[in-house]
Amino acid sequence: MSKRLTLFRAAALALGFGFLYLPIALLVAYSFNASRLVAVWGGWSLHWYGELVRDGQFRGAALNSLEIGVMAASLALVLGTCGGFAIERFTRFRGRFVFGFMLMAPLVVPEVILGLSLLLLFVASQAWLGWPASRGILTVTIAHATFGSCFVAVLVRAQLAGFDRNLEEAALDLGARPFGVLWRVTLPGIGPALVSGWLLAFTLSLDDLVVASFVSGPSATTLPMAVYSSVRIGVTPEINALATVFLGVVILIVVLAFSLIARQERQRIAAG
Amino acid sequence: MNLWGWRRWLLIGPPFLWLLVFFLLPLGVVAAISLSQSADTIPPYTPLLIHGPNGLESQASLDNYRLIAQGDLRAYANSLGFAALATVLCLLIGYPIAFAIARAPKAWRNPLLFLVILPFWTSLLIRVYAWIAILQPTGLLNRALAGLGLIDAPLLLIYNNFSVVLGLVYAYLPFMILPLYGSLSQLDESLVEAAADLGARPARVFRDVVLPLSLPGVAAGALLVFIPAIGEFVIPDLLGGPGTLMVGKVLWQEFFDNVDWPAAAAVAMMLVALLTAPLLLAQRLVERKA
Repeated sequence: MSKRLTLFRAAALALGFGFLYLPIALLVAYSFNASRLVAVWGGWSLHWYGELVRDGQFRGAALNSLEIGVMAASLALVLGTCGGFAIERFTRFRGRFVFGFMLMAPLVVPEVILGLSLLLLFVASQAWLGWPASRGILTVTIAHATFGSCFVAVLVRAQLAGFDRNLEEAALDLGARPFGVLWRVTLPGIGPALVSGWLLAFTLSLDDLVVASFVSGPSATTLPMAVYSSVRIGVTPEINALATVFLGVVILIVVLAFSLIARQERQRIAAG
Repeated sequence: MNLWGWRRWLLIGPPFLWLLVFFLLPLGVVAAISLSQSADTIPPYTPLLIHGPNGLESQASLDNYRLIAQGDLRAYANSLGFAALATVLCLLIGYPIAFAIARAPKAWRNPLLFLVILPFWTSLLIRVYAWIAILQPTGLLNRALAGLGLIDAPLLLIYNNFSVVLGLVYAYLPFMILPLYGSLSQLDESLVEAAADLGARPARVFRDVVLPLSLPGVAAGALLVFIPAIGEFVIPDLLGGPGTLMVGKVLWQEFFDNVDWPAAAAVAMMLVALLTAPLLLAQRLVERKA
């Protein structure tokens, strides 16, 4: 194609990524702003990070969020891997249509519906069965594991579709049992999907405001809930600092995980 | 398949039961409670069945739906309109980006794709919040425009239709780019070359070859943007004003501000009704690809 088009494509990339990243870049830059006014540059300063450390309000919420995120992501990994494997490999079984629908729908169903419906379930079940006794970390974890497992299932399913089944068949021919093959051949083979699935479920849990607001109790305020109530009062530079720390940690984990996956892939290709 | 026999239920069972109990059953509970009335009890709604003189009596009513139908339907129209507009804008903005990534040198594609996905992994709340500082009357954009002498008075950029649609486009753009890239990267280059060799101009090649072949990606991306955007809460709440109500925010207000759980449940059922057709379409699309 002509040169004009390459210019067009370069412009599309520059404008597109500018749009996606400029707000984030400004947010990070202004977290180092000495001025109290959000839009006025008053020189470089770490003042707001100091405020953040002194402010205990966010620390407890962050710990709650981390605890929920780790538990929900781990639960979602197990459920989602089973679900993704089942829907990809078992092409006929009773209830497959419903199963497929339940695995897909939570990906797009609005969070307000997921949150409200789970809360009403928990309340009704508390009235009839006495469980859950109270709402808090446990109920938020259950809610996050539910939609997290659907995201894990999507990634597992996508990677299984491109997985070389000859390896599995070879192991079966050599006398391995189906679960042995799943554990020793298939799961190691889809390792990248498992790692990125866990990470996605974890970050979705860390990020969730809406579902947690519905199903949490007074004892378990999560980080997004704390951020939201402070943002509603007004924009403060302290939130910028918190957001920058949050972004930094998430990006660091994600980049590390993906470079690890990429290195393993290269080693596998080199060895294979 | 025969290899697995009954053992496949060990894999199907746990996620199946989990989703049945924590996804499908709760929707049933919402449907039931939408038929009751709010009350000053714990939990704050009337029971559907009561013991009357003639045994069990039903107290279910459609009053909540009647109130919705008689009330202000602007929020529903707004939700559909904003979601549709955001979908079209995402398509127009996302298509050139997906196209450029699909045609970039091979070594660049994965890093570029990674950059598209990265905002996913970071907080939506934070990304939406970042726009407040840019758009507000004393915000960065107004100051920049005033500094350049382009405007005398601050522009009203926030708490209106513009800022809500902007927020939706910004938040959902990656959902459009990814499936588009999926379609465009599988496009057979030789078809494009053949069309060009036969004398088609670039615009014609695009219209008659590239665009039709990328339609599955367009459809998938459109659904991935449109469906969640209809029920969005954070964006209309932080970037919207009183005139830009969306269904997700109405549901939130009924629940948290009015503490009317049955009314919130009825709004949720309306939202489910709005979403049913696109959801079934989405599953059809997923199954056909598989």
